[in-house]
Amino acid sequence: MARTIVITSGKGGVGKTTTAAAMSMGLAQRGHRTVVIDFDVGLRNLDLVMGCERRVVYDFANVINGEANLNQALIRDKRCENLFILPASQTRDKEALTQDGVGQVLEELAKTYDYIVCDSPAGIEHGALMAMYYADDAVLVTNPEVSSVRDSDRMLGILSSKSRRALESEEPIREFLLLTRYAPERVTRGEMLGLEDVQEILALYMLGVIPESKAVLNASNAGHPVILDQESDAGLAYSDMVARYLGEERPMRFLDQERKGLFSRLFRG
Amino acid sequence: MGLIDYFRSSTESNKGSASVAKERLRILVAHDRAARDRPFYLPKLQEEIVAVIRKYIAVDDDAVSVHYEQEDRQEILEVNIILPEAPPQA
Repeated sequence: MARTIVITSGKGGVGKTTTAAAMSMGLAQRGHRTVVIDFDVGLRNLDLVMGCERRVVYDFANVINGEANLNQALIRDKRCENLFILPASQTRDKEALTQDGVGQVLEELAKTYDYIVCDSPAGIEHGALMAMYYADDAVLVTNPEVSSVRDSDRMLGILSSKSRRALESEEPIREFLLLTRYAPERVTRGEMLGLEDVQEILALYMLGVIPESKAVLNASNAGHPVILDQESDAGLAYSDMVARYLGEERPMRFLDQERKGLFSRLFRG
Repeated sequence: MGLIDYFRSSTESNKGSASVAKERLRILVAHDRAARDRPFYLPKLQEEIVAVIRKYIAVDDDAVSVHYEQEDRQEILEVNIILPEAPPQA
């Protein structure tokens, strides 16, 4: 049975699209048929991060409006044959995604795919509500920073009151925490909330910690999901995150700053 | 950065901004969550209770507190009214 995963946060710029791209690629690389959907109507970006922006012909809204069928709109990833991308519409009509329309598309996709990854727009408006409405699982992308943590908590409230599972009194959405842009050396210095701090406040299962990394920008510049860069800390951290999502035990990595000796601190610090 | 600055910066100014953040968030999130679980009609209920009491006794706005708690299968609605100290003159 297909599982629908929403990548959400409330706050913008925390790494939702980076995560949606990495997670969907990770799932597909492990042999699961995966589709990743951009719900950010009017601000389509997932295609850029996935590197398929020039292959977009039809989009999500076209499918909902019956202007194209799903197979015409889905873009097969060139690096992994199990991965498909459904791009967002660039229309300025924010209501382009109707609840019934989204439901029908997801139902159709569930027949062929194992995982449906929904990349939510920021905020708590229509697009974000549509992205989470049908979710079975939610990944709350959170930066170790006050406004992001608060917004993630707000989002938890919305998931537990406005989602289909909540409204139909079904088993609740499984909620996972993903900490991104983590800077271990700043945590050590007491300047940044640590993993335990955020976990204590939000009380969610920690799916992973992605370190602040140059590899993320390099990857989006090139249109490669960062998980493909297995030389990088962020790429490896995303691989761990996908493994944990699939139920494997993986110790957290990249939580410690590189230890500098006293001399290097004094002379280079 | 000199040696003295290094020790000063790591012991004074920087230390603790994360713990301040954590404390602020802890309070805020607890408050948000409590508000989220409350029935939507609670503020209106409180307003109307105050109005009814005011018909008989002159109480302040903040003299009535409505407290809502939810435990597993039990909901507790606690209404606390603080009467003015001096009894109204007969």
